[in-house]
Amino acid sequence: MKTVYEKSPGLTDVPMHYCPGCTHGIIHKLVAESLAELGVLGRTVAVAPVGCAVFAYDYFNCDAQEAAHGRAPAVATGIKRVHPDNIVFTYQGDGDLASIGMAEIVHAAMRGENITVVFVNNAIYGMTGGQMAPTTLVGQPTTTSPLGRNRLGQGAPLRICEMLATIDATAYIARVSVHSIPRLNVAKRAIKKAFQLQVENKGFSLVEVLSTCPTNWGLSPVDSLRWVEQNMIPAYPLGVYKDIEGGT
Amino acid sequence: MARKLMKGNEAIAAAAINAGCRHFFGYPITPQNEIPEYMSRELPKVGGVYLQAESEVAAINMVYGAAGAGARVLTSSSSPGISLMQEGISYIAGAELPCVLVNIMRAGPGLGGVQPAQADYFQATRGGGHGDYHVVVLAPANLQEAADLTQLAFDLADKYRNPVMVLADGMIGQLMEPVELSPYHPAAGLPPKDWATTGTAQSGGRRRIINSLYLYPDQLEQHIRAIFAKYAEIERTEVRYELHQCDDAEVVIVAYGTTSRIARSAIEKCRRLGLRVGLLRPITLYPFPFAAFPPVIERAKMFLVVEMSMGQMLDDVKIAVAGRKPISFYGRTGGIVPTPEEVVKQVQALLGGPGA
Ligand SMILES: Cc1ncc(C[n+]2csc(CCOP(=O)(O)OP(=O)(O)O)c2C)c(N)n1
Ligand code: SF4
Repeated sequence: MKTVYEKSPGLTDVPMHYCPGCTHGIIHKLVAESLAELGVLGRTVAVAPVGCAVFAYDYFNCDAQEAAHGRAPAVATGIKRVHPDNIVFTYQGDGDLASIGMAEIVHAAMRGENITVVFVNNAIYGMTGGQMAPTTLVGQPTTTSPLGRNRLGQGAPLRICEMLATIDATAYIARVSVHSIPRLNVAKRAIKKAFQLQVENKGFSLVEVLSTCPTNWGLSPVDSLRWVEQNMIPAYPLGVYKDIEGGT
Repeated sequence: MARKLMKGNEAIAAAAINAGCRHFFGYPITPQNEIPEYMSRELPKVGGVYLQAESEVAAINMVYGAAGAGARVLTSSSSPGISLMQEGISYIAGAELPCVLVNIMRAGPGLGGVQPAQADYFQATRGGGHGDYHVVVLAPANLQEAADLTQLAFDLADKYRNPVMVLADGMIGQLMEPVELSPYHPAAGLPPKDWATTGTAQSGGRRRIINSLYLYPDQLEQHIRAIFAKYAEIERTEVRYELHQCDDAEVVIVAYGTTSRIARSAIEKCRRLGLRVGLLRPITLYPFPFAAFPPVIERAKMFLVVEMSMGQMLDDVKIAVAGRKPISFYGRTGGIVPTPEEVVKQVQALLGGPGA
């Protein structure tokens, strides 16, 4: 029989716990495929966040460390400085990376730490039940901004790629989305490139992936994908914000 | 190596490198800056890594990552910085990772001051962060001991897969004394770090996960009980203390670190006055040397606890003495180091008048 599709060897057989329609699972797949295709799974160490992806250490078929909320870039730094030949990556949500872990991500980027960051932006705190994140859109209702996020006082979306691209020592910063197949293919190429740069010791790489949270957005899976396209992308323009190899 | 005149902070740093520590993550804070400065100078010479983190929060999480990757790793700080590290220390204990922490205590609370204090005893010995755990705490009273205990700290950390803290204060950190670093050999029988995340290619494909998350209470309870079984062994086998002139002592001073040095001078003065005073000096603060007390309680009339705090180790002494003899307390705090004369006065008051 001809094999038409196979689960990536970069994923374990542990069933994922993500909600139906959540794109965390798709992003896992893209990361796993990239690592497998680059042939680095056996020397990769994943750093899992606190957030819905906390069990990422069970899903990626490689060694892993579970970090405290927001501290994944510091943990990854510790690992990478001990074994520079390991491929070390963090997988972090927007509360984890853009709120409580802001100092850790900015300084890992500032040091040009040779790690890869997969930043999953779903504009909300998923795991804790849909509270406002620094990435929540203006006007977007959450359990802690029931009237919609107010620009004055609650602020407006924090654009991590744009911020980090201003930091000299970064190698690659890109924002992608997985709401359609063409976009998914672009996302895959970006993630793989980020890891490739780490393999080549080029320094800090980060890919922000716009992601869905149907459960806390109160939308169906399909409507969630549409919401990413219609509401998130205008606030978070897709593209390559930094590429030391000169691409855009 | 010959004896060399060193500053306390440098002795600790040099001992760490001597014990095979090749990774240091930290953030500057007085009065421990000579440790990171020494490390930044010396670690690269031996192929090690010094990294100045953006904060103590980041530093301790770098320690977590490096320890999880199998390194002998050190961080050092002083009181406010150690407070910031508590989250990470709790995770390190929960994930059962070995590392060594140095706290060169200064006065608090808050920003407090930069002068020496012993007011972090509770934080150090009770866990400090959230959850059920302990950090092994070693309290040197002189620089040779600071160096020796730093080396021991790495062995204990590796043996028990638990953070070990060297707890000293700004006085010990800044003091100069001769120190000898002999060739170091790791303790016999240290377990291999076959749990470290170095990539599955190194482990025959077995995935290694560093984690402290146990969502099912029965599993978490089992995990904590396993950690506490280690603590039971630590309490049985790793207790260290010193008894000085306790055989005939009417008053036994209990003091550690800097205050034990002051107590020793006070005891000398008391003895010249004919006052029979001795010293019980805990070297391990956790595990606290409870077992050292019963024979001393038999002979002593009373205890005098001396600390550079408002009375923290005092609680452990009360537990140890269990009401069998009276306990007095003398503490200076805020960065004030008591003089031997002050302590002598306390003893005189306790024994009823000058010269008794
Ligand atoms: C120190 C600390 N503060 C708060 C929490 C609670 N907490 C867990 S996950 C989370 C936010 C998760 O949101 P995000 O990072 O966006 O990831 P998502 O769940 O949306 O994937 C928070 C606040 C925690 N675990 N630790
Ligand atoms: S809560 Fe949201 S982010 Fe979390 S798994 Fe469910 S859909 Fe995904």
